[in-house]
Amino acid sequence: MIKSHSIVRTTCPYCGVGCTLDLHIQDQVIYRVTSPFDSVVNRGNLCVKGRFGYDFIYSKKRVTVPLIRKTPQKPGERKQAFDLSEWDKVSWDEALDYVADRLVDIYQKHGPNAMATYCCAKATNEDNYLLQKLFRSQFRTNNVDHCTRLCHAASVVALQMAIGSAAMSNTAAEVADSDVFIVTGSNTTENHPIVALQMKAAVRKRGAKMIVVDPRRIELVDFAELWLPEKPGTDVAVFSAMAHVILKEKLYNQAFIDERTENFEAFAASMEKFTPEFAEAVSGVDRELIIKAARLYATARNAAIFWALGIPESSHGTDNALSLINLALLTGHIGRRGTGLNPLRGQNNVQGASDSGAMPWHYPGYQRVDQEESARRWEQAWNIEPGGLNRSLGLTTTEILSSVGSPGGVRALYIMGENPMMSEPNLNLTRKHMEGLEFLAAQDLFITESAAYADVFLPAASWAEKDGTFTNTDRRVQLVRKAISPPGKARADWEIICDLAKRIESRLGRPGTSFWDYTHPSEIMAEMGSVVPEYRGVKYERLEKAGLQTPVPDDQHPGTPFLYSDSFPRGRGKFHPLDYHPAAESTDEEYPFILTTGRVLEHWHGGSLTRNASLNEIFPEALVEINPADAARLGIEDGSAVRVTSRRGSIVLRARVTIKANPGVVFIPFHFAEAAANLLTIDVLDPLAKIPEYKACAVRVVKAREDELPLPDARLIRGRY
Amino acid sequence: MPELVNLSIDGQPVCVPAGTTLLEAAQTIGIDIPTICYHEATTSNALCRICVVEVEGSRTLVPACVAQAGEGMRVQTASQRVVRARRTILEMLAASVDLSEAPDIQQMMAEYQADPQRFPEAERRELPVIDDNPMYIRDYSKCILCWRCVQVCAEDVQYTYALNFKNRGYETQISTFFDKPLPETTCVFCGQCVGVCPTNALKPKRQWLLEHGHRPDEVMEMTRTQRRRRDRSQAALAAGPSNA
Amino acid sequence: MEEINLAPLKTLLEEMAPKGRTMLLPALHAAQKLYGCVPEEAAVEIGRALGVPPVEVDGVIGFYSHFSKEPAGAAVIHVCSDPACAMAGADSFLKMLTRQHGSGLGGEQVTVEHAPCLGLCEHAPAVIMKGRAVQAEALTGETAAQSGSHPRSKVYGEIRILTANCGQGKTTWLEAYEAGGGYAGLRRALSLPPAEVIETVKASGLVGRGGAAFPTGLKWENAARAESNVKYVVCNADEAEPGTFKDRVMLEDDPHRPLEGLIISAYAIGASRGYIYIRGEYQFQYEIMQQAVEEARRAGYLGANILGSGFDFDVELRQGAGAYICGEETALFESIEGKRGFPRIKPPFPTTHGLFGKPTVINNVETLANIPYILQVGAQAYRQIGTERSPGPKLFCLSGDVARPGLYEVPFGITFRRLLEDLAGGIRGRRRLKAALFGGAAGAFATEKDLDLRLTFEDLRAAGLPLGSGVITVFDETRDLRDVLLRLGRFFAEESCGKCYPCQIGTQRQYEILQRAAAGCLLAGDRERLEDVGWTMTDSSLCGLGQTAASAVLSAIRLWPELFASH
Repeated sequence: MIKSHSIVRTTCPYCGVGCTLDLHIQDQVIYRVTSPFDSVVNRGNLCVKGRFGYDFIYSKKRVTVPLIRKTPQKPGERKQAFDLSEWDKVSWDEALDYVADRLVDIYQKHGPNAMATYCCAKATNEDNYLLQKLFRSQFRTNNVDHCTRLCHAASVVALQMAIGSAAMSNTAAEVADSDVFIVTGSNTTENHPIVALQMKAAVRKRGAKMIVVDPRRIELVDFAELWLPEKPGTDVAVFSAMAHVILKEKLYNQAFIDERTENFEAFAASMEKFTPEFAEAVSGVDRELIIKAARLYATARNAAIFWALGIPESSHGTDNALSLINLALLTGHIGRRGTGLNPLRGQNNVQGASDSGAMPWHYPGYQRVDQEESARRWEQAWNIEPGGLNRSLGLTTTEILSSVGSPGGVRALYIMGENPMMSEPNLNLTRKHMEGLEFLAAQDLFITESAAYADVFLPAASWAEKDGTFTNTDRRVQLVRKAISPPGKARADWEIICDLAKRIESRLGRPGTSFWDYTHPSEIMAEMGSVVPEYRGVKYERLEKAGLQTPVPDDQHPGTPFLYSDSFPRGRGKFHPLDYHPAAESTDEEYPFILTTGRVLEHWHGGSLTRNASLNEIFPEALVEINPADAARLGIEDGSAVRVTSRRGSIVLRARVTIKANPGVVFIPFHFAEAAANLLTIDVLDPLAKIPEYKACAVRVVKAREDELPLPDARLIRGRY
Repeated sequence: MPELVNLSIDGQPVCVPAGTTLLEAAQTIGIDIPTICYHEATTSNALCRICVVEVEGSRTLVPACVAQAGEGMRVQTASQRVVRARRTILEMLAASVDLSEAPDIQQMMAEYQADPQRFPEAERRELPVIDDNPMYIRDYSKCILCWRCVQVCAEDVQYTYALNFKNRGYETQISTFFDKPLPETTCVFCGQCVGVCPTNALKPKRQWLLEHGHRPDEVMEMTRTQRRRRDRSQAALAAGPSNA
Repeated sequence: MEEINLAPLKTLLEEMAPKGRTMLLPALHAAQKLYGCVPEEAAVEIGRALGVPPVEVDGVIGFYSHFSKEPAGAAVIHVCSDPACAMAGADSFLKMLTRQHGSGLGGEQVTVEHAPCLGLCEHAPAVIMKGRAVQAEALTGETAAQSGSHPRSKVYGEIRILTANCGQGKTTWLEAYEAGGGYAGLRRALSLPPAEVIETVKASGLVGRGGAAFPTGLKWENAARAESNVKYVVCNADEAEPGTFKDRVMLEDDPHRPLEGLIISAYAIGASRGYIYIRGEYQFQYEIMQQAVEEARRAGYLGANILGSGFDFDVELRQGAGAYICGEETALFESIEGKRGFPRIKPPFPTTHGLFGKPTVINNVETLANIPYILQVGAQAYRQIGTERSPGPKLFCLSGDVARPGLYEVPFGITFRRLLEDLAGGIRGRRRLKAALFGGAAGAFATEKDLDLRLTFEDLRAAGLPLGSGVITVFDETRDLRDVLLRLGRFFAEESCGKCYPCQIGTQRQYEILQRAAAGCLLAGDRERLEDVGWTMTDSSLCGLGQTAASAVLSAIRLWPELFASH
């Protein structure tokens, strides 16, 4: 039996729950993962990714030396190079000098608007803080963004509009104290498995009542009191109809409305039109269910709302989120244990990346770039001349790409750990934009579909090979500890960025302006904390035993489990009147199905990690979920090949005939490059949050031939729901 | 204010809140009653009976992990009857299954001077290792039927219900629905079961492969299907070109 | 396996589905009957209909001997091989039957299996085919002769109060039962407040007749006091102790008597629902009880507003499926609830947390059979029978080398000699008594020196002998007790539920050593092993099965240490 040489405690790199992991190591090999049963986050429980999914670290496909493309790439003619034979292996000096040369060159010729970076919601707070610091301080651009744009951007915008702050208001585990809770747009058992365990326990052990509002018959429906099977895109109607019922039956919390909110009149007037009958007509949900749900939620002692990407990933995602916020303000179910507005953040550190300023309109701590006071503060922190930082709002990820090739558009893109070629909508269009870049640098572990387009590849350390912090979905800042050495020449992201920054500074003629000589990530956090009040009390020594939930305003503060008990950051919570808009693309005879996309338990997003891990062996190919009645009508059998086509693209994959799919709606996960769901999705954005509508577009489904499948040998019979 | 209970354990007075188990009560005075099936994160079933203690007035020995401290109870945690029961249970267990990777139990055996060879000609529970998925192996020759894996897969944690019992009595085994390979069951490979197994009957596949002499870089690339394909083609090569 | 037709199963499941998991055993019985086994598709369908995870359906199938995943023969013959039947030649009979009928019984595929005690000890060797007891001789012929009727129960005794209607070779249906004074006890009970019914039973001194001897009135009082809207009463008819058949006789000859007792118990504690759990091997008796319950309903003794009293009560019948452990009260609850029959941790006790977690009174058939009489004549009159500390009549099951095996009703207090020699005719063939096993497999041996013991709780306890449920199996001087112990050891090893280590492993270790003993090749230290294993099971097992699994062995070691000497 192996005896471990060391056991290193760290935080899981996959989802926003942020489970505590103990890595068992012998001779630099992680051979086992366990979790302490007294972890307040996950109580020793893990999912397959956290427990077994770390072996991407050891994949032979991992790049461990810096690479430069053999053939120089021209804008408009950029090609993908997956094979190492198309790259030269170089030293770090050569690679970083080249990157610095090219970036500075483009910056000096075309200015800040030509520069952009994608930060990484999977990298640490320290990595992200430094990358946005680099681009803001050196290239004077706010074209800094990350995948939250594709994820909870609309939730963030809505929460800021209504409450003044954008994070989960409560702690996920508080569902144990909820009498009623709504779960909407979240297939929690697959995407936040530990939160789902807490929800199941709340229902089965504490008698809580769960209301699921989802277009799919997700596993949680087996535990739900009510399931509202809405048509994709109709959330505003359903939730506003609930508000309508609460208003009509006078189930609202008058005291709370009077003391803690504003704009109630306008809101109540706009809810008039959202009768249950109207909601039923547009959403397909039986009006009785809507009424029951409204009464259940309003009359509960403590009720909470949990949502994931079904709400924000919409052409009216901000409105969707506002419809949820309206409900919480209407009933006062916020500011107490077991209540709240709880967007379940996807990535392990999307909350942290956002907090750390990887955002086009905000510095770290959500200080707006167009506010003089914020800009001055950061100019001071980074030793930039007053007026030096850019006061204009930057471009979001999708806007960054769509500006490529246009006059004044982005020319140089620096991607840290993101894969837009799998995660952006309408990939055929995304491809064109990527091809149009003048310069692309990729800092990553693998040559992903995006990195394959790059001019330079910088090999980064994985989460197990560096120190830092992640901030999970319930605002908990937790330590990430270096357990093994990075392979080959790979380096920690923050180290790469500092090295690069110094070279850029010297080429720009201002060497040593900002500080880049950190010896340890704790110093980076200290710097960020000195300017961001919510992180001021976050010190590595304090994180040794357990994480701290922000805001942590000082070194004595114990952290904040739930927010808004007395007031909201903007003062009073604001109601928002709403109108109903359907999804941007409706179905018709040619494209009769609604396609909704998302994730599966075993894989992560673009698949760069999980397709290179043993996780791929238990879910080796893309599957389209289709309802049995629909399948029968089309003559499609479970496991047979089908072609799914939208106005934008077409893919062939196997069908999974299941009741998990409602009639008229099919589901495809977006992890599989050979059958990329985002080839089909539509790049219509929410006007306020600029987030794409991944959750609804129109497709047709027809039988295909077995030999058309990209991976015909991949078939695996799985018994899980 | 919770009600308090006064009792005596091994002659020492103890005062604990009502509802405290004898196991917990003993811990407050530094007495560590041994346990096997007990786990902080699973429901106690009091089935291994290692934690039994002698309570005055009780005909049979009492499991400390579930018995609640009672007012005026007089408890002996290591009386003659208790020691004989613990030693014999350990000896019987050692004659049934492979305890080579259960260091806690081995230590207990040493403490109680249990002789693992006590029962010659005992019918052992020996089963082939089940290797049906890339994540973890099941070596039921090591299974001591502590119930933890079944429980965490059911209502204690997951509500996934992939594992349960087959047969009864000494022939009891942990199994899946109609013995299907794990990927074909409701199993989601969360590994909660691996996390609570006390004897390494459930073990990460990677660890198992390393222990069986595979190189780390081999292991990381190996998946069950890949390895089978490789083993098969290696076997075919060894057999000669006509069989390839 | 070819595709099976699920339609008939689905129809049955539709009716069962609203009740959920508690219908799992009935559903599995139905599938077993329809398909000769429970195939995978049936298991999936059952799980779906009743809301039980499929893997748990599988686990339940595997726990009970009567359910299988692979088809057995169309006809299954069970031959008992426990001591009383073994002594009547069951082993060779089993061999012969296997030879003869393996190929077919009248064209059908036949499986011949050994079974644990079938409760037909007075008809040894006991054989059951297609749910019916068969005279062994009837099967020795070449043809598929099935004996015409169920063998008449053999009932004797000094008094015939409980067994007034037994032993006539026919069932006492409602009309005859009422004619003999039946349901007068119920009428009396309904005229009293429930608390007074309980006082009466307490005053009678009646204690449980299933083996545990807990004061019945006190049990009822505890349940009556428990606060709950829902309470249950259960009749434990899972009689399976080797050598015991008293409840079988009562169920087949006088089913209304324990039923009346059950209804009275429900009234006393405030239960509106009850269950009668009959072991799976008693198919014939199950059908009789079904009919009796129907009669009682039609007559207004069950249902709403019983006899105009305002008291509502009805019962559901449940069949066991081949697991001795389900006679343990909490394991019985688990079985009714549709689970593997694992005993629960006590405390809490059934009177506060019983069936479905509710306050429950569970009583043995014989216990309940006493109740109508107690209510009819009153506690004082009842106490005229028996002794001060062991009042009332008792049923004893005599089997083995006794001249007249059968069911004997006697007052507590008669001597063992009187029962054995005067009433039962002494040892068959005028041989001498070597030993008598009191209490069944979970019992201990009495010898000649105990012949003058009075059969009461107090006297037997003082002599270190269990009364148990009143089972006495007699062995003459020619019998090899090592063979007896071997069969008892096998019985426990097969019936252990497998939950707690002392019994799960201990019964196996004990059996292994007993095999050496019976084969005459004991190893040095085997006696000490038996004692360690035996005392460990006795001291630390979770339930009564494990706690008594070594009882007979430890008793034999004390009495005949030479049997356990190694060579």
